[in-house]
Amino acid sequence: MPPSQRPPVSLVAPAVVVALVAIAPVIYLVDRAASSGWNVAWREIAQQRTIDLVARSLTITVMATILCVVVGVCAAVLVTRTDLRGAKIWRVILALPLAVPTYLAAYAWVSARPSLAGIDGATLVLVACCYPYVFLPVCAALQRIDRASEEVARASGRSGLSVIWHITLPQVRTAVASGALLVALYVLSDFGAVGTMRFESFTWVIFGAYNAGFNPSRAAVLSLVLVAIALGVTLAEMRARGRSSYRLGAGASRSGFAFRLGRKQIGATLFLTVVTAVAIGMPVGSLVKWLVRSTGQQTDWTDLRRAAFNSFTLALIAALVTLAVAIPAGVLAARHQSVTSRVVERATYVSHALPGIVIGIAVVHLGIRLLRPLYQRTPLLIAAYVVIFLPLAVGTVRAAFEQCPPRLEEVARSLGRTRRRALWQVAARLSAPGLAAGTALTFLAAMKELPATLLLHPTGTDTLATRLWTHTSVSDYSGAAPYAAALMLLAALPTAVLGWLSGRLVGDG
Amino acid sequence: MAALPALVMICACASGGDATSSTTAAPTTAAPTTTQPIKPSGSITIYSGRSESLVKALYEQFTADTGITVSARYGDSGALAAQILTEGKASPADVFFAQDAGALGAVAKAKLFSSLPASQLDKVAKTYRSADGMWTGVSGRVRVVLIDPAQVATPPATIDEVLDAKWKGKVGFAPSNASWQSFVTALRVTRGDAAAAEWLKRFAANTPKAYQGNGAVRDGVNAGEVALGLVNHYYLYEKIAKEGADKVTARNAFMTPGDVGGLVNVAGVGIMTSGRNRGAALAFSEYLLSDKAQKFFAEKTFEYPLVGGGAPAVGLPSLADLKPPTIDLSDLDSIAITQELLSKAGLLTK
Repeated sequence: MPPSQRPPVSLVAPAVVVALVAIAPVIYLVDRAASSGWNVAWREIAQQRTIDLVARSLTITVMATILCVVVGVCAAVLVTRTDLRGAKIWRVILALPLAVPTYLAAYAWVSARPSLAGIDGATLVLVACCYPYVFLPVCAALQRIDRASEEVARASGRSGLSVIWHITLPQVRTAVASGALLVALYVLSDFGAVGTMRFESFTWVIFGAYNAGFNPSRAAVLSLVLVAIALGVTLAEMRARGRSSYRLGAGASRSGFAFRLGRKQIGATLFLTVVTAVAIGMPVGSLVKWLVRSTGQQTDWTDLRRAAFNSFTLALIAALVTLAVAIPAGVLAARHQSVTSRVVERATYVSHALPGIVIGIAVVHLGIRLLRPLYQRTPLLIAAYVVIFLPLAVGTVRAAFEQCPPRLEEVARSLGRTRRRALWQVAARLSAPGLAAGTALTFLAAMKELPATLLLHPTGTDTLATRLWTHTSVSDYSGAAPYAAALMLLAALPTAVLGWLSGRLVGDG
Repeated sequence: MAALPALVMICACASGGDATSSTTAAPTTAAPTTTQPIKPSGSITIYSGRSESLVKALYEQFTADTGITVSARYGDSGALAAQILTEGKASPADVFFAQDAGALGAVAKAKLFSSLPASQLDKVAKTYRSADGMWTGVSGRVRVVLIDPAQVATPPATIDEVLDAKWKGKVGFAPSNASWQSFVTALRVTRGDAAAAEWLKRFAANTPKAYQGNGAVRDGVNAGEVALGLVNHYYLYEKIAKEGADKVTARNAFMTPGDVGGLVNVAGVGIMTSGRNRGAALAFSEYLLSDKAQKFFAEKTFEYPLVGGGAPAVGLPSLADLKPPTIDLSDLDSIAITQELLSKAGLLTK
């Protein structure tokens, strides 16, 4: 007998609370926009300039997302389904760009090639830094799909490419769509790349409204337009995702089956090398150049160590808390498809399209009024990180629970386990690698975060990102180099773990 | 799961460091009314739009000299102003020390500054402080045209001469730099938006070269990549201090007296109404206007001291000789409109 599809209150209640916290910034924005009168707000939205901005932001979002999907999917197919040489190493290397903050990559590019400023440079940097959002889940998904159908198709005479296109990729649609969603939301929210490349997108104008216009109401109105776009993007993703299916088969995933690259081996390696050179080589190269130049300067090692410790601790707490609060929403979305679960899950995504400064200002507004003792203290900063990075964790939790068949839990329950014990003993263990991946993803993102950190960090608690900013804001790139290097090294660790995990998400322990 | 809140608590304590700030001085509040003021003490929180590398040493000196401890939160002046406007009267800041007048003007407009005492205001010429006494400039910077002497025999004497066709493709500027945008704002304020737009149109037609920042413009001029660079006066002196005078060939050209191209913008300070230690906050603003701090700005950041008698760094013409244009610096807060104008001219974003 199938279990009741009604989700338990113990799951729905925390999920709804988390969703409410996640949309708190949006509530603040509505309030702020309304404070100047809806007429003013409407006039702001209805002007030609805003419409142009929507077009520009959509253009770069669509371009960057498509390119990320192409690069991410190609790379994932190459490392998981072909006999590519060094596939295991490539898997780790290809995840590494997640460790590079967009502001650093953009600066490296624009100072080497000033003509890149504008949409070309911004797109280049965003694709280079974001394609792992597609690459990682697609790798994981490719790893666990049933290979029998591929083998059948192959045996019936289809070419390798045709099999991948018609048989393999449709099975990982969900993973592609969820990765693309994260990319799209990130591109909408990013300021590092568009700011440095001087591409006038929504975030550029929102930052301007705060920093140059001293006009939080205008910033709020524009941010709401961004929220509307984000809603559209998440709905599009829901459609693209289609109905997700569980892997039920007894078929353990086999390794060993691979498409022969043959003479294409060189081309494939070349492609991955170019991707790596653009995404890693360029920023790391600039960093080395700054480091060499900085040899004359004294590096304050105590300060560097302290900042590294703070970055690590804050990001780790943020990642763990985010994961904890993401679990109800993620499980709900994976196990109980209903209007509630969909609304809750989507609610956690919306704020991800908002630039860090908008979330930061919203948390400033709410924190100073409702949680004054915590203002500019660690817990409130963590709360901001949770709101910003929740989708990274909710997405991975959902994916992790989707892949472990509920039937196993049912079996456990039929053997006399309570629902909670069944969930813990079966699902939690099977989904552990996925949850670890979600934690690593959040950890990375939190460590690179700057605008909200600057607004909310406890006074005197500097992180690598804020120290980096201290130096770059006065164009002291040599002074910034040690902090940038430490940030990228610290971030590279969990990224490498991510790349490695992406091959072991099957939960076959 | 249960361990998480505990972890958060631990971190909250470990990262504190400002536990001392909660014990600030109630006794000093009566100070201003008495003739023999009680010496201010305790600690203050400064929202510092001036960067750490420039002013941290000054804050430390202030603490050493007065015993008042400083908690500084550094940020972009504009972002800090936005934060203060959002915090409103609950702001934890005692003092806002900003990089430019626009950010100070925005906070003053929101009535979040309390007025400075006349004894402090009177030290600074009226041009460099707010008319209603809500904030005062502390140090000044002059817009100049940096020239590469190898390419430039007679430097432009006014900002309009920069538009001359002979400089086509030879002018460097930093589109996203706040001082450049302040200059364009001053152009709008003095000549009107239409005339400013016309100037920008002609400037853009001369295909100027966009650099990442003022430092990059300076290095570009010094390397001969461009003949002229629109920057602040002190970038040249920073380079000389760092690399030695013999390595630097670029020179500053100051504009004709009164020309808007020679705008003087200020970094300045205001005292927050929300502050809980007004005595110490006032001691800080007083300190910024003291000979010691003024000398610090002249020697360490190569800026213009704004308190009478303070001499600029060696080799700089005095403000009295420069006769910069008279502009109400509070009017320079309309940078958003400037940015729109720049965008339209194709000079800001792409």
